[in-house]
Parts: sequence; structure tokens; C-alpha cells
Amino acid sequence: MSAPLIELRGITKTYGQGQAAFQALRGVDLSIAAGEFVAVMGPSGSGKSTAMNLLGCLDTPTSGEYRFQGINVEQLDRNQRALLRRQCLGFVFQGFNLLARTSAQENVELPLLYRGEPGAVRHTAARAALAKVGLDGWETHTPAELSGGQQQRVAIARAIVTNPLVLLADEPTGNLDSKRSHEIMELLGRLNSEQGITIIMVTHEPDMAHYARRIVHFVDGLVDSDSATEAA
Amino acid sequence: MILNALLLALREIRRNLLRSFLTVLGIVIGVGAVITMVTLGNGATKMVSDQIASLGSNLLMVMPGQRLGPGRDSAGAPKFKIADIEAIQQQVNGLKAVAPVVGSPVTLVAGTQNWSSTVSGTTNDYFISGNWKIAAGRQFTDDEERAGKAVCVIGNTVRKELFGAGNPVGSSIRVKTFDCEVIGLLVAKGQGGMGQDQDDTVLMPLRTAQRRLTGTLDIGSVMVSLKDGTDATAAIAQLRSLLRERRKLAENADDNFNVMDTKQIAETLSGTIGTMTALLGAVAAVSLLVGGIGIMNIMLVSVTERTREIGIRLAIGALENEVLWQFLIEAVVLSACGGLVGVALAFAACLGLSSLMHIPFLFNPAINLTAFGFSAAIGVIFGYVPARRAAQLDPIEALRHE
Repeated sequence: MSAPLIELRGITKTYGQGQAAFQALRGVDLSIAAGEFVAVMGPSGSGKSTAMNLLGCLDTPTSGEYRFQGINVEQLDRNQRALLRRQCLGFVFQGFNLLARTSAQENVELPLLYRGEPGAVRHTAARAALAKVGLDGWETHTPAELSGGQQQRVAIARAIVTNPLVLLADEPTGNLDSKRSHEIMELLGRLNSEQGITIIMVTHEPDMAHYARRIVHFVDGLVDSDSATEAA
Repeated sequence: MILNALLLALREIRRNLLRSFLTVLGIVIGVGAVITMVTLGNGATKMVSDQIASLGSNLLMVMPGQRLGPGRDSAGAPKFKIADIEAIQQQVNGLKAVAPVVGSPVTLVAGTQNWSSTVSGTTNDYFISGNWKIAAGRQFTDDEERAGKAVCVIGNTVRKELFGAGNPVGSSIRVKTFDCEVIGLLVAKGQGGMGQDQDDTVLMPLRTAQRRLTGTLDIGSVMVSLKDGTDATAAIAQLRSLLRERRKLAENADDNFNVMDTKQIAETLSGTIGTMTALLGAVAAVSLLVGGIGIMNIMLVSVTERTREIGIRLAIGALENEVLWQFLIEAVVLSACGGLVGVALAFAACLGLSSLMHIPFLFNPAINLTAFGFSAAIGVIFGYVPARRAAQLDPIEALRHE
């Protein structure tokens, strides 16, 4: 097995201070290799979303070590972490987090724009990404004009348009009905198997978790179990 | 990077038209109100000071009663008689003209038109002391003055109201019960220092007014104009002692008449103008402040939404600086647009209002720059500073912002 793409060592995260302090993560060790499809599960408050945000460099841990491709992320400054997000990571949020009043096309183009891609490249790539998530013909619609499932697919298109190494998805199906959820999971499965994108997904639905090939259980801020699924 | 930021900023402005419009509106109003107010104030000040300058400082107004202003007691004081005028002419040195004035409000009728105005019964000296020129026709003849003939010289406003644009000389006006021939037209002077219309006047020989309008031999006031180079203080002193003597005032009694130097009036008015200018400045400062708070509000209100937006941008790989450039450009573009529209609007408003109010339009670059600079600075600061705070958060905190 190759060197892990992602490696967490003794990661803790504490919110608040003094009496009100709450320890969301209490020393997490986890390593994920390139090309894996990992589902992170656990009851609410177990720290799975916190872990996800740390993996996505959206948040900073209180202590511990996070290595991404062997690079110690804690030693990067804000801009270097932003560049890491830009170059290597794609993020899909539970609440979609699309820009309001902005067409699907423009939402998907945005990461490319920050990468400095020229307009024509952005345009083609965004169309391709939207087509990949089954939204061709919906390019000009704004989030308000799209259903929840469609919005989530726009968000996925935005996350994969840059061909990231890792796709981080925080409850991507949390707001969707079961039919849409399965569509999204099949899409993620294809991205993982066909394009080799490493996928780390938080979910609390066992049905969804079974699309992954490895399930990591969080309980009380610690990794409780780590096992392969039948899909593996 | 800046080019991208510019693109993003312009896109955001277009996408949030209402928010952009409100921001711009706040700045437009802040800038426009201040500039309009100060420019018009300056114009009014200029106009009044011009009028004061045109009055000259060699005119004395003599009126019965103790002093001008509230509580003055002119009713009890004896009026002047023609003998007083003659005495002033003979005994005070350095006078150019001494014009008695008998005023009477009247309704004038010419043909189907009528107009309310004031008749001043006076002598030809009035044209000198009042600095009036004849536009058409002539002054009174000695014969007309002596005999108290029904002739008059009218001001331009009276001409406009009764005769339109036509030449009134030779026409006849009905004044109360008698017909009066128009023998002359005065050159228009415009508004007086107190805002009154100086051209709304009808001049008649003193005797005509006394006989046919007031029915007494009283004279309401005297306008005395001094020769150039005459010492006004000495002339006033001479005039005072002459009048005290003629009115048989005891040594320790107060004057029962009042001599007013136009210089005094000018000084009083200058004081008033100073107060007005200070007031305008204060109003302008308040409007700037109010405009500024308006801009601040709309900027701060959108912070929540924009903080999330910043979170999203950071999460998908924007650098802090890229986000900041975008917000800075947005703020600058909106503020500059608002400022420019405000300046343009103020220019138009000043142009329109100054002609409507008959005051000169003085373009004042300083106030334009100040108002623009101040409002634009507020727009930029309050657009940029909250964005900077948001961009310095961890992306997840910005995303969670409620």
C-alpha cells in the first residue's frame, strides 16, 4: 500500500474556553490512501463534521498533526492553505452553499476563475461538469430556481470541476429524498471508480454509507471503528 | 488577480441590483444634498453682499420714531414737514440729494389689469439718492412737482403686471380715485437686500401723493445721499443736531427720529449673512453625517449575507487577498458611481434652483470634492472593513455566520 494521502495524528479540537469548553475531537488518528471512498459515520456530536472541516482546511485543529501528501498542514499559512484547497480539494456542503442569484454555470466556474483559468476553458469545463452530474440544460438557472437535489448536484459539479485529488462531502444527501440520495451516491461512486477521486463523505444513513468501501465510525470525538464494506 | 477581482466585483454589483442601488442612493443623497445646500447658500450670500455693495455707503435714511426694529415708537413721534427738508438742504454740508418720501399702499388699474403696489411721493432727488435710472420717458418737471400733477414713473414689475412687455409711457393708470399718466419707466434693479422686489414701485411728485393719497402734509421719511468724500459721521451729527433743534428736544431727551446709515445696514446684513453661512455649514455637516450613516447601514446590513459569501469563496479556494480586492473594488465602484451621480445631480439642482430663486450659481470645487471624498470614503470603509474581518475568519466560521 502506498504512503497515505491524508494522515491525522492525535488531532484535537476544542470549542469555547474554560468552563464552557467543549472538546469535539479528543485525539483522532486516521490515515486515508489515494483513491479510497470513505464514509464517516457516527451520532451527532461525535465530531465527524468537525473532522471533515479540518480535513478540508476550513478549520484549524487545537492540537495534533495533519499531513496532506506528507506536508504538515499546520505549518502552512492561510494563503498556502487556501492554495491547497484550490489545487487539491473539492468540498460539498450539506447546506449546498451556492452563491445566491448566481447561475449554475457561474457557480461551477468560480473555482476555475480563482485558479486563473481563461474564460473559454472555464466555460467548457463547467459545462462538462454540469453534464456529468446530469444538469445539462440547467446552466442558466440560479439556485432559487433549482430543486434541492439539483442544487446539490451543482455543488458537486463545482467541487469536481477542478479535478481535485480529494472530494470532501459533508452529508451530501442530508437534505434530499431517498431517490435523489441514491442518484447522488451513484454519481459519487462513479467519480471514485472512474476518475480515481478520493472521496471522504460524512453521512448518518447506513444506506448511503454502503456506497463507500470503508466506513469510519466516530463516537465522542474518537475513532470507534474502522472497517471495509462489502463494496470494497 | 486584480482583473479577476474586477470581474467578480462587477458581477456582484449587477447581480445584487437592489443592494447596489441602495448603496449608491445613500451616497447620491449624501453628496447631492450637501453640495446643493452649500452652493445655493454661497450664491445667496454672494447676491446679498453684491446688493449691499451696490447700495453704497453714502446714503442716510431719516425716519421719525426712535429706532428701527421691534418696539419702535414711530406712531407718537412727529412726522417731518417740507420745511424740515428745506432746512436739511440748506444747513447740512456735503449733501448730494435730499428726497422726502411719502409712502402709500394702493391698488393700480390699467385696462383690465390690476396690481397692488406702493406709491412713493417724492422729488427728483429720489432718482439720485435711490440710484434709479430712467429706462424710458422722463423724470418729473418742476411744474409737475409744484402743481402736484397726476403723473408717475413706474418700476419694471408694475409695468410687467399692468402692461406686459409693452411701453407704458403715455398710458394712464387708475390710482385709487384718480387717473395718473405714466411719464417714465425705471431701469429694473431686482431683489433688494431684504428680499423685497425693488421694482414693485410707483413714484409720484410729493405734492400729488400728499394731496390725493395721504391727505396730509406729513412726510414719512427722508433719503439723504452724501457727496463722495463727505464724512458720514460728521454729516449725521450735523443732521441730528439740526433735527433735535427743529423738533425742540430738551438736552437730555432721546431722539424722536432715527438716522440710519446704509453702512450700518450693510454691517447688520453682513452679520446676518455670517450667521446664515455658519448655519448652512452646520446643515451641510449634518447631511453629510446622515448620508454617511445611510451608507454605513446598507453596507453593514448586508454583512451577514456577504460573510457567508466570503466563506463560500474561501472554501472553494479563493485567497484572502482575492476576496478583499473584490470587496474593495465593489465598494470603490459603488461609492464612486454614487459620488459622481450625486455631484451631477447637485449640479443640475443648483442650476435649476438658482435660476428659480434668482441667485447666482457659484460652482464651488472645494465642497464638491469634500462631499464626494467624505461619502466615498465612508462607502469604501464600511464596504471594506467588515469584509476584511470576514475574510480573516476560518472559512467554516464565515460559513456558519448567522
